[in-house]
Amino acid sequence: MAFKKIGPQVWINLLFILFCLSCIFPLFAILSVSFSNETDIIQNGYRLFPAMFDFSAYAYILYKPLQILNAFKVSIFVSFFGTLVSLLITAGIAYPLAREDFKLKNKLSFYVFFTMLFNGGLVPTYMLINNYLHLSNTIWVLILPYLAVPWFILILRSFMQKIPHSIIESCMMDGASEFRIFFQIILPLAKPGLATVALFMLLQYWNDWWLSLLYIEKESLVPLQFMLYRMMNNISFLTNSSNMMPPGMKNVVLPSESARMAMAIVAAGPMLLVFPFFQKYFVRGLTVGAVKG
Amino acid sequence: MKKQQGILRTQSYKKNIQLGILALPAILLIFVFSYVPMAGIFIAFKNINYEKGLFHSPWVGFDNFKFFFTSNDVWLVVRNTLSYNILFIAVGTLLSIVFAILLNEVLSRRMVKAYQTIFFFPYFFSWIIVAYMTYSFIGPYGVLTSLLERIGINFDFYTETWVWPILLTLVSIWKGLGYMSIIFYAGIMGISQEYFEAAAIDGATKLQMIRKITIPLLMPLITIMTLLSIGKIFYSDFGLFFFVPREIGQLYPVTQVIDTYVYRMLKASGDLGMSSAVGLFQSAMGFIVVLLSNFVVKKVNEENKLF
Repeated sequence: MAFKKIGPQVWINLLFILFCLSCIFPLFAILSVSFSNETDIIQNGYRLFPAMFDFSAYAYILYKPLQILNAFKVSIFVSFFGTLVSLLITAGIAYPLAREDFKLKNKLSFYVFFTMLFNGGLVPTYMLINNYLHLSNTIWVLILPYLAVPWFILILRSFMQKIPHSIIESCMMDGASEFRIFFQIILPLAKPGLATVALFMLLQYWNDWWLSLLYIEKESLVPLQFMLYRMMNNISFLTNSSNMMPPGMKNVVLPSESARMAMAIVAAGPMLLVFPFFQKYFVRGLTVGAVKG
Repeated sequence: MKKQQGILRTQSYKKNIQLGILALPAILLIFVFSYVPMAGIFIAFKNINYEKGLFHSPWVGFDNFKFFFTSNDVWLVVRNTLSYNILFIAVGTLLSIVFAILLNEVLSRRMVKAYQTIFFFPYFFSWIIVAYMTYSFIGPYGVLTSLLERIGINFDFYTETWVWPILLTLVSIWKGLGYMSIIFYAGIMGISQEYFEAAAIDGATKLQMIRKITIPLLMPLITIMTLLSIGKIFYSDFGLFFFVPREIGQLYPVTQVIDTYVYRMLKASGDLGMSSAVGLFQSAMGFIVVLLSNFVVKKVNEENKLF
């Protein structure tokens, strides 16, 4: 029996290994370009293994890192502050929705999930945020619109539905208020769910370019992803004159191709380092959301 | 007795109020960022004049929708959106089901864990990073471009329209396949092992088990996932169509979709009435499609319906 299986096993594993390679390969490609020499790139194109390691791209982008540091600051603030607040707000509505004995449960569910089916479209939303709420070019525009995402509410609600109602009931018997039950019993019990949703939120905030594309023009509020977008066509966004070049690199070819890729690495790096470790939370969240959806 | 009931009632009243207060911030946020814009669809029926403001601009009825019939752009854009989405749904769903079934056949647990982790990689990248990756393959100095050059072919990917349907499909599948397969894989894991054991005793082959057990039992999940994607068939991944082709105008005939069209119209011409008309068309059509497909599923199999 086992012998029979060896053949298919090899093929299946081979297929998956190939696909895994294709998942990692592009990252590897930009990584090696970022370590390549600019003249070598122009003569020979990108290579998968740089002819020689050249750190000038990193020297170039990190020489006057004010803008990059600032973009990092914006991204980090938005991601962490946004996730924290969003987590509280999402839990705040997910919990009543998970309570069978909450009177408004059905009406409120409809109120939340209807927005997943129908929306006002880009123009009214843009007009509202830009012309009436005057949120453009403030840090809040990068945070507020994602604070209550129906999909995350749905996932967290599924987690909270698994908390036995008897626990809540016994707390009520003891005369605890709903607030106390929520903060002292539900939140600690829902930790795995909160962790999962927090990861989704963190990723959403960190990877977001949509809000900055629409509402941010002020240099000091440009987050990392948006900065990358602006550099796609124009590296000079980073350093607008040659005297921004590190001293040893004057009169050398501007490492624009490699610097661009170095920036991509700098921007993608933090998430890549963090997320593989939390992969199991992701799988859990996905399955809860999908199966219960 | 009566007194106790009274206490219970005030308790339940208090409880509902307190739960409502917990939900209040989210209710307000959803109201402001989702429901207020819904009310804003009236913009589509106005000729917006910046000086007069939204509310004092003149009503023009369906004038903003007229250009649907006069301009070819809109139909091209709608066609692109629909055909790309149908392609992505068909290829993506099929491949991810195959992947999930095969992943379930892998014997080594350690390998399964490793695959799962790596499958998620593309999901973690923002579309901008993905655009950089594509560029590193097909840009002027890209890996693929220089490879082609070495065998004597000079090919500029960013000006050739015919390669983009293939490229965009490849990139889209690449980014979503791992994620989707893991969802279906989790669905397969949820199937009770007893079915397979019983089938094995009866001498069923692997293929028979897949056809008669795995796929039928996975069907509810497949239907839900497909319904969800069909519901978004008038919406596109803005990032994929905006960043990956690097906003090259020459490629618009094959890369412009409703979302990018509305965005560009809003940013460039500033014709609010017309761009919100297209947006309203998108929302309304999307809504109808969800209701319709849910209705069809309900007819076929009550259990698989979405709502």
